[in-house]
Amino acid sequence: MMPRCLACLLIVAFLPCLANDVATAPQLQFAVQSEPKTLDPLRSNDEPSEIIRYLTHASLVRLNRVTQRLEPELAVSWKNSGTAMTLELRKGLRFSNGDAFRAADVCATFQRLTDPKLESQLADSFRFDKGRLSCRVDNDSRVTLAIPEIRAGFDRLLDGVAMQPEKGGAAGLGPYVIAQHNPGSFFVLERNPNYWKKDLQGLPLPRVGSIRIEIQQNKEFEYLRFRKGEFQLLTNLDADLFERLKTERPEEALDLGPSLDTEQLWFNQAARSTAPDHKKAWFASADFRRAISLAIHRDDLAKVVYLGHATPAYGPVSPANRVWHNTGLQAPRTDPAAAALLLRRAGFKNVNGALQDVAGHPVEFSIITNAGNRSRERLAAMIQQDLAAIGMKVTVAPLDMPGVIERVMSTFNYDACLLGFIQSDPDPNSFLNVWVSSGSMHAWNPGQLKPATEWEAKLDELMARQAKTLDPAARKKDFDEVQRIAWDMQPMIFLVHRNGLVAVGRRVKNAQPSVLRPNLIWNVEQLSLEAAAR
Amino acid sequence: MRRRSLAQIACVSILALVVLAGLSADLLAPWPYDRQFREGFNAAPSRHFPLGTDELGRDRWSRLLYATKVSVLLAPAAAFLSLVAATVLGSLAGWRGGKVEQVVLASADMTLSIPWLFLLLTLRALLPLDAPPALSLVVTFALLGLLGWAAPARVIRQATREGLRSPYALCAQARGVGRIRLLRHHVLPNMRPILAAQFWTALPAFILAEANLGMIGLGVPEPLPSWGTLLHDLVRQAISGVLFESWWLLTPAALVVLVVLLIRGAFPLEVAS
Repeated sequence: MMPRCLACLLIVAFLPCLANDVATAPQLQFAVQSEPKTLDPLRSNDEPSEIIRYLTHASLVRLNRVTQRLEPELAVSWKNSGTAMTLELRKGLRFSNGDAFRAADVCATFQRLTDPKLESQLADSFRFDKGRLSCRVDNDSRVTLAIPEIRAGFDRLLDGVAMQPEKGGAAGLGPYVIAQHNPGSFFVLERNPNYWKKDLQGLPLPRVGSIRIEIQQNKEFEYLRFRKGEFQLLTNLDADLFERLKTERPEEALDLGPSLDTEQLWFNQAARSTAPDHKKAWFASADFRRAISLAIHRDDLAKVVYLGHATPAYGPVSPANRVWHNTGLQAPRTDPAAAALLLRRAGFKNVNGALQDVAGHPVEFSIITNAGNRSRERLAAMIQQDLAAIGMKVTVAPLDMPGVIERVMSTFNYDACLLGFIQSDPDPNSFLNVWVSSGSMHAWNPGQLKPATEWEAKLDELMARQAKTLDPAARKKDFDEVQRIAWDMQPMIFLVHRNGLVAVGRRVKNAQPSVLRPNLIWNVEQLSLEAAAR
Repeated sequence: MRRRSLAQIACVSILALVVLAGLSADLLAPWPYDRQFREGFNAAPSRHFPLGTDELGRDRWSRLLYATKVSVLLAPAAAFLSLVAATVLGSLAGWRGGKVEQVVLASADMTLSIPWLFLLLTLRALLPLDAPPALSLVVTFALLGLLGWAAPARVIRQATREGLRSPYALCAQARGVGRIRLLRHHVLPNMRPILAAQFWTALPAFILAEANLGMIGLGVPEPLPSWGTLLHDLVRQAISGVLFESWWLLTPAALVVLVVLLIRGAFPLEVAS
């Protein structure tokens, strides 16, 4: 009787300790800003969906975000002839549900991806003028992808294609599986028991057994929770919060340097624009756009809005993109006097400090941007003052993001727009839908049936040509010319390239932060997490 | 009694000074509220900038003066508008009862349950993008006033019912006083403390609501300042920890608290009776 009572007492005494151990078991925690729009890995195009895809699925090859080179993933090797790519698949792999991974799964994935009914944005990169992508199963571990025309950088596109089982379902080959999902609140991911990677000692990866991803819309609260130790990773930090963290915990705050992302202003030149004719004429004038570009103090934008954690931009390609950036372009120049001269030559006149066009219309327009994005609101306020100096009256109209997208992509009811582009791949082909006149992201005049201007026709020609050659030098030459035309015609007035500002908690080991997304978890299987100090 | 009057006079005088300072912002402000001194952003107080500069290098003192002008005029106007609507509908419901009461209460419930955010977004989409700041301002505060009637109306309806059943009302009715006269001359005057409380509760709420509307593109547009936008900035400064190291950043919050206290001090009868 006595020993039994003693045992009960011991259990009761140690129960809280056991519970505590469970509660403090290392679990990596971080936040995304919104609920993922989809959990279908082939349809993901927003950042939270991409993060879930990256953690729960795997692709044939992987882009090393630090070296920017392709690495074997589900494919151990590949051969690319330009129009055919043969991949040797890793043997013995299993999906998270236990099914074997075979070549047929690869073909089924590409068939599903290129099915128009899926309406996948990713599939746009796998569409060709002269035919369709085809996939052939050579044997259980070899597959050949054939494309009807040469597409430079085709192999890099495979990094974004998550392999799925032929018979369908949510099973993946990534390091984690979704164990719990409370919509609008959080995800809990657990280690995929069938994950194939092992570390150098032969121990199974990933090292971190569990990940909790909170949906935290408010960046300030995300920052506070990082400071309290509730989160271990922070990305896309605003400059003021970054500076604060840097003074308190310099070893955790990391400035990764210029990112590939851009912030830019463009004018509505769409044929279906609802703007009055005189405004359409201003916006179509290259001299008008050049004058605005000259009047904007980009150094001030970088210094004041981003506290120096940004680089003034003068083209679509960040200097961080060392391979493709055109170093021959002139650095951005701020010269309000030259801007005024250009405007005078274009027929504008300054009457008592207010600019008027030839017909006497005062030069007044509005800039829309997404409300709640403090950096963009500040950029807009500074541009407002810069343009007031050359006599332009600018109204800043922050709108909710869906409202901005609707105006820019569908109703074309706006004058100018200030937004940013997120660049996840340095290759020029990732800019195709921006610079080709029929592209959906050809922001100033999207989805043209035929190019509206000669220089847009030239852009189409150059982008198509660089995409169809495998010679890196020829591609570079063509893409340099694209950048030169963009710099000269200023269809989008590039403002700054933000630096990648991130924070990695001191408990996290083996992180290799990169300016390419997903900045901190691209090598998630290698991350480890020290237990929290009691 | 004399000491109380002196306190009241002091409160009214200081309040008048604050209002006057706001209304004279054009004369008192050393700099335009939107002038950016980019070489000295986030600066500490100095001779040129008595409250330092904000994150775009704008003079905080000038912006506070202009914000006072905007908020001192418009936030009470919105609170008053909502109170008038609530008083009319609430007292009507309490007085008439029956179907009128049911309709008013159902409308109040509906108003409280409708996701107004979507309606506000729709309204913003209807406003022209280059709407002048003044128009945007008036629309914002008018909206706040019109949407804020439901909660006080329920309180006022209950108070009206209780007032009509009270001994003084019964006494008046026994003497032959008509129901409209009873409501106007006996019940409503006795509800002044409740009305005052509703007004003072609504006032800071409207100031903050205006700040939050800025998040969806409504509210006071940049670069025009308001108490709401200045208070909104404080949240971020508090989170980043800067606020508690820089006393001057707290000035907008201190001013709002001071004004609310002064109003309560200046009109104690309405609140305390």
